[in-house]
Amino acid sequence: MADVLERVTKIIVDRLGVDESQVTLQASFKEDLGADSLDVVELVMELEDEFDMEISDEDAENISTVGDAVNYINSQK
Amino acid sequence: MSLAGKAALVTGASRGIGREIALELARQGANVAVNFSGSEAKANEVVDEIKALGGDAFAIKCDVSHSEDVTAMVKAAIDRFGKLDILVNNAGITKDNLLMRMKEDEWDDVLNINLKGVFLCTKAVTRQMMKQRYGRIINVASIVGVSGNPGQANYVAAKAGVIGLTKTTAKELASRNITVNAVAPGFISTDMTDKLPEDVKQEMLKQIPLARFGDPEDVAKVAAFLASDAASYMTGQTLHIDGGMVM
Repeated sequence: MADVLERVTKIIVDRLGVDESQVTLQASFKEDLGADSLDVVELVMELEDEFDMEISDEDAENISTVGDAVNYINSQK
Repeated sequence: MSLAGKAALVTGASRGIGREIALELARQGANVAVNFSGSEAKANEVVDEIKALGGDAFAIKCDVSHSEDVTAMVKAAIDRFGKLDILVNNAGITKDNLLMRMKEDEWDDVLNINLKGVFLCTKAVTRQMMKQRYGRIINVASIVGVSGNPGQANYVAAKAGVIGLTKTTAKELASRNITVNAVAPGFISTDMTDKLPEDVKQEMLKQIPLARFGDPEDVAKVAAFLASDAASYMTGQTLHIDGGMVM
Protein backbone atom coordinates (compact mmCIF):
# COMPACT_ATOMS: atom_id res chain seq x y z
CA MET A 1 0.00 0.00 0.00
CA ALA A 2 2.69 2.46 1.01
CA ASP A 3 4.68 1.49 -2.03
CA VAL A 4 1.73 2.13 -4.35
CA LEU A 5 1.03 5.52 -2.76
CA GLU A 6 4.68 6.46 -3.06
CA ARG A 7 4.83 5.62 -6.76
CA VAL A 8 1.49 7.31 -7.46
CA THR A 9 2.64 10.40 -5.59
CA LYS A 10 5.83 10.63 -7.58
CA ILE A 11 3.92 10.51 -10.87
CA ILE A 12 1.48 13.19 -9.70
CA VAL A 13 4.26 15.48 -8.49
CA ASP A 14 6.13 15.07 -11.79
CA ARG A 15 3.10 15.47 -13.99
CA LEU A 16 1.20 18.24 -12.24
CA GLY A 17 4.11 20.11 -10.71
CA VAL A 18 2.52 20.16 -7.26
CA ASP A 19 4.23 19.86 -3.88
CA GLU A 20 4.41 16.38 -2.40
CA SER A 21 2.62 17.60 0.73
CA GLN A 22 -0.46 18.44 -1.35
CA VAL A 23 -0.81 14.86 -2.55
CA THR A 24 -3.05 13.38 0.13
CA LEU A 25 -5.44 10.47 -0.33
CA GLN A 26 -8.37 12.90 -0.18
CA ALA A 27 -6.93 15.31 -2.73
CA SER A 28 -9.00 15.63 -5.92
CA PHE A 29 -6.96 15.86 -9.11
CA LYS A 30 -9.14 18.59 -10.57
CA GLU A 31 -10.30 20.48 -7.45
CA ASP A 32 -7.15 20.38 -5.33
CA LEU A 33 -4.23 19.62 -7.64
CA GLY A 34 -5.05 21.90 -10.56
CA ALA A 35 -5.42 19.17 -13.18
CA ASP A 36 -7.62 19.65 -16.24
CA SER A 37 -9.46 16.79 -17.98
CA LEU A 38 -6.54 16.05 -20.29
CA ASP A 39 -4.12 15.96 -17.34
CA VAL A 40 -6.28 13.31 -15.68
CA VAL A 41 -6.31 11.23 -18.89
CA GLU A 42 -2.53 11.49 -19.01
CA LEU A 43 -2.17 10.55 -15.35
CA VAL A 44 -4.25 7.44 -15.94
CA MET A 45 -2.01 6.60 -18.94
CA GLU A 46 1.08 6.93 -16.80
CA LEU A 47 -0.40 4.84 -14.00
CA GLU A 48 -1.15 2.13 -16.58
CA ASP A 49 2.50 2.14 -17.63
CA GLU A 50 3.88 2.35 -14.11
CA PHE A 51 1.78 -0.52 -12.78
CA ASP A 52 1.62 -2.47 -16.05
CA MET A 53 -2.17 -2.64 -16.15
CA GLU A 54 -5.02 -1.51 -18.34
CA ILE A 55 -7.56 0.84 -16.84
CA SER A 56 -10.80 0.81 -18.81
CA ASP A 57 -12.46 4.11 -19.73
CA GLU A 58 -15.36 3.24 -17.43
CA ASP A 59 -13.04 2.67 -14.45
CA ALA A 60 -10.96 5.72 -15.29
CA GLU A 61 -14.06 7.91 -15.04
CA ASN A 62 -14.42 6.91 -11.39
CA ILE A 63 -10.90 7.95 -10.48
CA SER A 64 -11.07 11.53 -9.25
CA THR A 65 -8.92 11.56 -6.11
CA VAL A 66 -5.49 10.25 -5.22
CA GLY A 67 -7.17 7.71 -2.94
CA ASP A 68 -9.37 6.50 -5.82
CA ALA A 69 -6.27 5.81 -7.88
CA VAL A 70 -4.43 4.02 -5.07
CA ASN A 71 -7.47 1.91 -4.18
CA TYR A 72 -8.05 1.00 -7.80
CA ILE A 73 -4.46 -0.11 -8.28
CA ASN A 74 -4.51 -2.17 -5.09
CA SER A 75 -7.81 -3.78 -6.04
CA GLN A 76 -6.34 -4.95 -9.37
CA LYS A 77 -3.27 -6.60 -7.87
CA MET B 1 14.42 17.24 -46.17
CA SER B 2 12.01 18.76 -43.71
CA LEU B 3 10.70 15.48 -42.29
CA ALA B 4 13.97 13.63 -41.76
CA GLY B 5 13.61 10.95 -39.11
CA LYS B 6 9.86 11.42 -38.66
CA ALA B 7 7.52 8.42 -38.50
CA ALA B 8 4.22 8.57 -40.36
CA LEU B 9 1.09 6.49 -40.85
CA VAL B 10 -0.98 7.16 -43.97
CA THR B 11 -4.36 5.44 -44.31
CA GLY B 12 -5.60 4.44 -47.73
CA ALA B 13 -2.09 4.83 -49.07
CA SER B 14 -2.08 2.23 -51.83
CA ARG B 15 -3.71 4.46 -54.46
CA GLY B 16 -4.58 8.00 -55.46
CA ILE B 17 -4.03 10.91 -53.10
CA GLY B 18 -2.98 8.70 -50.17
CA ARG B 19 -0.29 7.01 -52.24
CA GLU B 20 1.12 10.35 -53.34
CA ILE B 21 1.07 11.70 -49.76
CA ALA B 22 2.95 8.63 -48.52
CA LEU B 23 5.56 9.11 -51.25
CA GLU B 24 5.90 12.85 -50.65
CA LEU B 25 6.39 12.35 -46.89
CA ALA B 26 9.08 9.78 -47.74
CA ARG B 27 10.75 12.19 -50.19
CA GLN B 28 10.94 14.66 -47.31
CA GLY B 29 12.69 12.04 -45.20
CA ALA B 30 9.89 10.36 -43.23
CA ASN B 31 9.43 6.63 -42.65
CA VAL B 32 5.92 5.56 -43.57
CA ALA B 33 3.43 2.88 -42.59
CA VAL B 34 1.39 2.31 -45.76
CA ASN B 35 -2.16 1.29 -44.87
CA PHE B 36 -4.44 -0.44 -47.38
CA SER B 37 -7.70 -2.33 -47.23
CA GLY B 38 -7.91 -4.14 -50.56
CA SER B 39 -4.99 -3.43 -52.86
CA GLU B 40 -2.09 -5.26 -51.23
CA ALA B 41 -0.01 -5.45 -54.42
CA LYS B 42 -0.32 -1.70 -54.95
CA ALA B 43 0.54 -1.00 -51.30
CA ASN B 44 3.68 -3.11 -51.71
CA GLU B 45 4.63 -1.04 -54.75
CA VAL B 46 4.42 2.10 -52.61
CA VAL B 47 6.57 0.43 -49.97
CA ASP B 48 9.17 -0.51 -52.57
CA GLU B 49 9.25 3.04 -53.93
CA ILE B 50 9.79 4.45 -50.45
CA LYS B 51 12.58 1.99 -49.74
CA ALA B 52 14.17 2.98 -53.06
CA LEU B 53 14.15 6.56 -51.74
CA GLY B 54 16.12 5.34 -48.74
CA GLY B 55 13.33 5.39 -46.17
CA ASP B 56 11.77 2.62 -44.12
CA ALA B 57 8.22 1.54 -44.93
CA PHE B 58 5.85 -1.37 -44.55
CA ALA B 59 2.36 -2.20 -45.79
CA ILE B 60 -0.38 -2.91 -43.29
CA LYS B 61 -3.90 -4.10 -44.00
CA CYS B 62 -6.66 -2.55 -41.92
CA ASP B 63 -10.29 -1.54 -42.28
CA VAL B 64 -10.25 1.84 -40.51
CA SER B 65 -13.88 1.48 -39.42
CA HIS B 66 -12.99 -1.39 -37.02
CA SER B 67 -11.53 -0.15 -33.77
CA GLU B 68 -9.62 -3.33 -32.88
CA ASP B 69 -7.93 -3.43 -36.28
CA VAL B 70 -7.05 0.25 -35.98
CA THR B 71 -5.50 -0.27 -32.56
CA ALA B 72 -3.40 -3.14 -33.92
CA MET B 73 -2.32 -1.06 -36.94
CA VAL B 74 -1.18 1.87 -34.80
CA LYS B 75 0.67 -0.50 -32.48
CA ALA B 76 2.44 -2.09 -35.46
CA ALA B 77 3.58 1.33 -36.68
CA ILE B 78 4.88 2.33 -33.24
CA ASP B 79 6.62 -1.03 -32.80
CA ARG B 80 8.31 -0.64 -36.16
CA PHE B 81 9.39 3.00 -35.89
CA GLY B 82 9.63 3.41 -32.10
CA LYS B 83 7.33 6.45 -32.28
CA LEU B 84 4.63 8.04 -34.41
CA ASP B 85 4.86 11.69 -35.41
CA ILE B 86 2.44 12.04 -38.32
CA LEU B 87 -0.99 10.57 -39.01
CA VAL B 88 -2.66 11.21 -42.34
CA ASN B 89 -6.32 10.19 -42.34
CA ASN B 90 -6.88 9.68 -46.02
CA ALA B 91 -8.82 6.42 -46.42
CA GLY B 92 -12.15 7.07 -48.05
CA ILE B 93 -14.80 5.61 -50.31
CA THR B 94 -17.74 6.92 -52.33
CA LYS B 95 -21.17 5.40 -52.83
CA ASP B 96 -22.93 8.15 -54.72
CA ASN B 97 -26.67 8.31 -55.11
CA LEU B 98 -29.43 10.87 -55.00
CA LEU B 99 -30.68 11.35 -51.49
CA MET B 100 -34.10 9.96 -52.40
CA ARG B 101 -32.52 6.79 -53.75
CA MET B 102 -29.71 6.43 -51.25
CA LYS B 103 -29.89 3.19 -49.32
CA GLU B 104 -29.21 3.07 -45.63
CA ASP B 105 -26.16 0.86 -46.11
CA GLU B 106 -24.72 3.30 -48.67
CA TRP B 107 -24.98 5.99 -46.02
CA ASP B 108 -23.55 3.79 -43.27
CA ASP B 109 -20.62 2.44 -45.30
CA VAL B 110 -19.42 5.88 -46.32
CA LEU B 111 -19.87 7.39 -42.85
CA ASN B 112 -18.12 4.42 -41.23
CA ILE B 113 -14.99 4.62 -43.38
CA ASN B 114 -14.80 8.35 -44.07
CA LEU B 115 -15.80 9.78 -40.70
CA LYS B 116 -15.74 7.09 -38.00
CA GLY B 117 -12.43 5.87 -39.44
CA VAL B 118 -10.88 9.28 -38.84
CA PHE B 119 -12.17 9.30 -35.27
CA LEU B 120 -10.82 5.80 -34.55
CA CYS B 121 -7.38 6.41 -36.06
CA THR B 122 -7.04 9.77 -34.34
CA LYS B 123 -8.04 8.29 -31.00
CA ALA B 124 -5.60 5.43 -31.43
CA VAL B 125 -2.56 7.65 -32.07
CA THR B 126 -3.36 10.26 -29.43
CA ARG B 127 -1.82 8.37 -26.53
CA GLN B 128 1.55 8.07 -28.24
CA MET B 129 1.51 11.67 -29.50
CA MET B 130 0.54 13.04 -26.08
CA LYS B 131 3.46 11.20 -24.50
CA GLN B 132 5.79 12.52 -27.15
CA ARG B 133 4.46 16.04 -26.74
CA TYR B 134 4.54 16.10 -30.52
CA GLY B 135 2.13 15.17 -33.25
CA ARG B 136 0.86 16.18 -36.65
CA ILE B 137 -2.55 14.96 -37.72
CA ILE B 138 -3.68 15.72 -41.26
CA ASN B 139 -7.19 14.86 -42.33
CA VAL B 140 -8.11 14.57 -45.97
CA ALA B 141 -11.53 16.17 -46.22
CA SER B 142 -13.00 17.40 -49.50
CA ILE B 143 -14.12 20.66 -50.98
CA VAL B 144 -17.63 19.20 -51.26
CA GLY B 145 -17.67 19.05 -47.45
CA VAL B 146 -17.65 22.85 -47.64
CA SER B 147 -19.79 23.45 -50.72
CA GLY B 148 -22.17 20.46 -50.81
CA ASN B 149 -22.63 18.34 -53.92
CA PRO B 150 -25.76 16.71 -55.33
CA GLY B 151 -25.60 12.91 -55.35
CA GLN B 152 -23.13 12.76 -52.48
CA ALA B 153 -25.19 13.30 -49.34
CA ASN B 154 -23.28 10.56 -47.49
CA TYR B 155 -19.82 11.64 -48.68
CA VAL B 156 -20.47 15.34 -48.10
CA ALA B 157 -21.87 14.72 -44.61
CA ALA B 158 -18.81 12.64 -43.75
CA LYS B 159 -16.34 15.20 -45.11
CA ALA B 160 -18.10 18.11 -43.41
CA GLY B 161 -17.93 15.98 -40.27
CA VAL B 162 -14.19 15.55 -40.75
CA ILE B 163 -13.77 19.33 -40.89
CA GLY B 164 -15.65 19.72 -37.59
CA LEU B 165 -13.72 16.84 -36.05
CA THR B 166 -10.48 18.50 -37.16
CA LYS B 167 -11.38 21.70 -35.28
CA THR B 168 -12.41 19.91 -32.08
CA THR B 169 -9.40 17.61 -32.06
CA ALA B 170 -7.16 20.62 -32.68
CA LYS B 171 -8.58 22.37 -29.62
CA GLU B 172 -8.37 19.28 -27.39
CA LEU B 173 -4.77 18.44 -28.24
CA ALA B 174 -3.18 21.85 -28.78
CA SER B 175 -1.77 22.00 -25.25
CA ARG B 176 0.23 18.84 -25.99
CA ASN B 177 1.86 20.26 -29.11
CA ILE B 178 -0.27 18.18 -31.43
CA THR B 179 -1.62 20.08 -34.42
CA VAL B 180 -4.60 18.91 -36.42
CA ASN B 181 -5.37 20.33 -39.84
CA ALA B 182 -7.36 19.29 -42.87
CA VAL B 183 -6.88 19.55 -46.59
CA ALA B 184 -9.94 19.88 -48.80
CA PRO B 185 -9.09 18.73 -52.31
CA GLY B 186 -11.28 19.80 -55.21
CA PHE B 187 -11.31 17.85 -58.44
CA ILE B 188 -8.19 15.70 -58.35
CA SER B 189 -7.51 13.14 -61.10
CA THR B 190 -7.64 9.74 -59.36
CA ASP B 191 -9.41 6.39 -59.75
CA MET B 192 -12.21 7.88 -57.65
CA THR B 193 -12.89 10.76 -60.04
CA ASP B 194 -12.14 8.81 -63.24
CA LYS B 195 -15.50 7.11 -62.70
CA LEU B 196 -17.36 10.36 -63.45
CA PRO B 197 -18.90 10.80 -66.92
CA GLU B 198 -17.04 13.05 -69.37
CA ASP B 199 -19.79 15.69 -69.58
CA VAL B 200 -19.78 16.04 -65.79
CA LYS B 201 -16.01 16.55 -65.86
CA GLN B 202 -16.29 19.25 -68.54
CA GLU B 203 -18.98 21.01 -66.54
CA MET B 204 -16.78 20.94 -63.43
CA LEU B 205 -13.80 22.33 -65.33
CA LYS B 206 -15.81 25.50 -65.99
CA GLN B 207 -16.08 26.07 -62.24
CA ILE B 208 -12.32 26.01 -61.66
CA PRO B 209 -10.57 29.41 -61.99
CA LEU B 210 -7.17 27.77 -62.50
CA ALA B 211 -8.81 25.87 -65.37
CA ARG B 212 -7.34 22.43 -64.77
CA PHE B 213 -7.96 19.41 -62.62
CA GLY B 214 -5.55 18.86 -59.78
CA ASP B 215 -3.02 16.07 -59.49
CA PRO B 216 -2.45 13.99 -56.36
CA GLU B 217 0.93 15.77 -56.05
CA ASP B 218 -0.88 19.09 -55.59
CA VAL B 219 -2.51 17.69 -52.46
CA ALA B 220 0.54 15.75 -51.27
CA LYS B 221 2.77 18.82 -51.19
CA VAL B 222 0.33 20.73 -49.00
CA ALA B 223 -0.07 17.71 -46.70
CA ALA B 224 3.72 17.48 -46.38
CA PHE B 225 3.82 21.18 -45.56
CA LEU B 226 1.24 20.70 -42.78
CA ALA B 227 3.34 17.83 -41.43
CA SER B 228 6.48 19.97 -41.35
CA ASP B 229 7.74 22.46 -38.78
CA ALA B 230 6.94 25.24 -41.25
CA ALA B 231 3.29 24.77 -40.23
CA SER B 232 3.85 24.52 -36.48
CA TYR B 233 1.71 27.62 -35.70
CA MET B 234 -1.30 26.34 -37.66
CA THR B 235 -3.98 24.14 -36.17
CA GLY B 236 -7.67 23.49 -36.79
CA GLN B 237 -7.48 24.81 -40.34
CA THR B 238 -8.89 23.44 -43.55
CA LEU B 239 -6.83 24.29 -46.63
CA HIS B 240 -8.67 24.25 -49.96
CA ILE B 241 -6.67 22.66 -52.76
CA ASP B 242 -9.14 23.14 -55.53
CA GLY B 243 -7.79 25.55 -58.12
CA GLY B 244 -9.97 28.26 -56.61
CA MET B 245 -13.26 26.41 -57.10
CA VAL B 246 -14.64 27.36 -53.67
CA MET B 247 -13.60 30.61 -52.02
